[in-house]
Amino acid sequence: MSELIKGGAFLLGPVDENTVFTPEDFDDVHLMIKKTSYDFMVNKVEPRIDEIEEKAEGVTLDLIRQAGELGLIGSDIPEEYGGEEADKITTMIITENASICGGSYATSFGAHTGIGTLPIVYFGNEEQKKKYLPGLASGEKIAAYALTEPEAGSDALNCKTKAVLSDDKNYYILNGAKQYITNAAWAEVIVTYAKIDGERFTAFIVDADSEGVSIDPEEKKMGIKGSSTCSVIFDNAKVPVENMLWEEGKGHQVAFNILNIGRFKLGAGCVGGSKKVIEFSSAYALQRIQFKQPIAQFNIIKNKVANMTILTYLMESLVYRVAGMIEDKLSAVKASGAAASDIVQAIQEYAIECSISKVWCSEAMDYIADEGVQIFGGYGYGQEYPAERSYRDSRINRIFEGTNEVNRMIIPGTLLGKAMKQEIPFMEAVMNLGAALKPLKDAEAPAESPAREEFYLQNLKTLFTLVAGNAAQKFGADIKNEQEILCRLADIAMDIFAAESGLLRVKKMMANGESEASKMALKMTQCYIYEMIPRLEAWGKEIIAATLEGEAASKAYSGIRLCCNFEPADIYGPKREIADAVYAGKKYFLDR
Amino acid sequence: MKMFVCIKYVPDTSEAEVKVNPDGVSVDSSRFSFDINDADNYAVEESVLIKEANEGDITVLSIGPKQSDVMIRMAMAKGCDRAVRIEDERIAGYDPLMVAKVLGGAVKGQEFDLVLTGCMASDDWHMTTGVALAEELGVNHVSMVKKVEILDGKKVKAYRELEGGLMEVVEVELPVVLTIQTGINEPRYAPIRGIREAQKKELKVANLDDLGIDAAEVNADASLVVLEQLYIPQVESSAEFIEGEPDVKAEKLASILVKGGLV
Repeated sequence: MSELIKGGAFLLGPVDENTVFTPEDFDDVHLMIKKTSYDFMVNKVEPRIDEIEEKAEGVTLDLIRQAGELGLIGSDIPEEYGGEEADKITTMIITENASICGGSYATSFGAHTGIGTLPIVYFGNEEQKKKYLPGLASGEKIAAYALTEPEAGSDALNCKTKAVLSDDKNYYILNGAKQYITNAAWAEVIVTYAKIDGERFTAFIVDADSEGVSIDPEEKKMGIKGSSTCSVIFDNAKVPVENMLWEEGKGHQVAFNILNIGRFKLGAGCVGGSKKVIEFSSAYALQRIQFKQPIAQFNIIKNKVANMTILTYLMESLVYRVAGMIEDKLSAVKASGAAASDIVQAIQEYAIECSISKVWCSEAMDYIADEGVQIFGGYGYGQEYPAERSYRDSRINRIFEGTNEVNRMIIPGTLLGKAMKQEIPFMEAVMNLGAALKPLKDAEAPAESPAREEFYLQNLKTLFTLVAGNAAQKFGADIKNEQEILCRLADIAMDIFAAESGLLRVKKMMANGESEASKMALKMTQCYIYEMIPRLEAWGKEIIAATLEGEAASKAYSGIRLCCNFEPADIYGPKREIADAVYAGKKYFLDR
Repeated sequence: MKMFVCIKYVPDTSEAEVKVNPDGVSVDSSRFSFDINDADNYAVEESVLIKEANEGDITVLSIGPKQSDVMIRMAMAKGCDRAVRIEDERIAGYDPLMVAKVLGGAVKGQEFDLVLTGCMASDDWHMTTGVALAEELGVNHVSMVKKVEILDGKKVKAYRELEGGLMEVVEVELPVVLTIQTGINEPRYAPIRGIREAQKKELKVANLDDLGIDAAEVNADASLVVLEQLYIPQVESSAEFIEGEPDVKAEKLASILVKGGLV
């Protein structure tokens, strides 16, 4: 196994492509599971989308159970409890495909297999695992995760639900309300949180049929209409003491670590959803005739299809890269014989990458769904075609599993925290800025690609160090109040990570010999990087303008210009070729 | 019940644009995704159903490249026991008789009760390989099979789907080659557990020499089929719309049909 890469370290120097997992690295088992999960969705779920959207009785549950028979919902559950105990790559493949038939099934599936089940997998004791996991692995029981409350959304620890030990000490009596709970109406098992005696934030497993647990009517939502979303009310709910999950007062460890996993999986869902939009939008554009030709052949439509495809390529590269990092880390922790809870803590190492996956992919998917509607024109606004549903369904991804704003804050926040603890050499990089910038004055970008793009990316990493370093020095601990700066730093970090994921994948593909696929992957990466450099330059200047004044600012601007110096190249021509490649198969063409 | 099931690795041409290569006799397959031939998928399922009902043992046979291993393992993930993949550039793969000889060569010398194939392949539509294979093996065959019943382990009752919804029922002694029609069953999905087990099952790769087949009997020189040209038919639009009231339309239509000598 390669040496483990530290979370966030990608911003501080070049990354060796051989340390990165890419979809081209799928082994036969991955490919076969990919096929099973894809075929299941296309043949079993897709024909029932209308019923799912109407919440027809039992349809989603029936499908989840069928998926359970194939092992598609137990991939994260250990074999001894009836699961498949597959690697994280497998889980991501299944999650990606679970999202190709609309957001409703994906959400029900995701809440059950992810945040609903995983707290028990990683934090449950032996009895709890034995009692709950086999039913959750088969789909016989559905799980929900109830964290959010009316007054505790992003501020999850502001939980008002209270737990008090009963006089006979056999039960915790829970009182409170949880809101926007996915799968609430169907769930038999609810993982929730309450403060014991109003103080100690603690996780519990609640059987939905327990005395004092009730479910409110369904919310009326913008999208994912086929998923169940209700409030869960605890009115003197009796929860046996043995159902306390993990340790008293340590509910936050469960809550936040599970969300990290939810976040990186959400990115995979966006990949599946986006591939589907490309599929139906390109098929439509090829058959829709206007001005005596298919609209697909108009260059502006090609440009849209290419943009959608480039984002999907980068999402896919990014998501499987993160899955690979986490898998490597988990293997190392497992090999050392650590407890399951240590395993999930290990994922915290990649909190930055998990948040990037969530934010960048959900926004890319939203853009793609939006352009999908645009390609369909008036038909895209109607419910007869799938573009409208995708557009509505996509929107929630920017909100749940921690809003994109909260996650943006986590990215630089975690990075600076790691820097303070000397876990990554960020401060050293800031000290060495002068030395990093100096050679850029006379540097010439390599003529060959992808060395050229790699050169640009490294300079953008220097840009990040420059602006983040200046902001950190100026504001110190108070930078937490400079939310605009933190979010812009997150934007820069995310774009670098996404573009680099695409670039490293190209390098890996090219190392196996140049192919049609590697040429297209390179074009997609180039287009993105050439469009991204001026954007990052503007963002960098924006941060400096809010941070420094006078000569210090001028000096920083010069540094930014050096980092963002590049030779513009035509992106229209390559984008037309990218669209043509999509049209040839009416789908995203790098899928394996 | 000892069974062989023959499967073919074919391109999915349903969505992708088909382009003929400059040589005029092959198709650009670089953008196709490949998978098991549809009818063969039903043959695999049928063999597994027979195995589940009667006990048995299934060997998968396929002629194809390394990339088809995933398809072959998929059949094993569903319940087939082992596989032989035959890879040899000398085989004249477009000639079903040559293919039948190669498959026959892989079966010969081994005991078998049933050989199942798909009734047709979605790439060349010859509908010949299974029947030719029976000839090669010197056993009976039943083609276009839509239902199979195993009778006391010695005979099979096979239902053949004929034109116009007719069903022909034949009883035939084992061993026999059945060419399976789509729709005979509902092919299952390979569960993750089966997929993992399939990695441990034997997948033997063999060339003609390994099988003891003389290449001179199955290569292009031996083949009686010469592929001369592949082309995309020109799209012609010559539809004539008949206007008017129903009786007028009927009269016009009848006169066109009579003039054209069609009735």
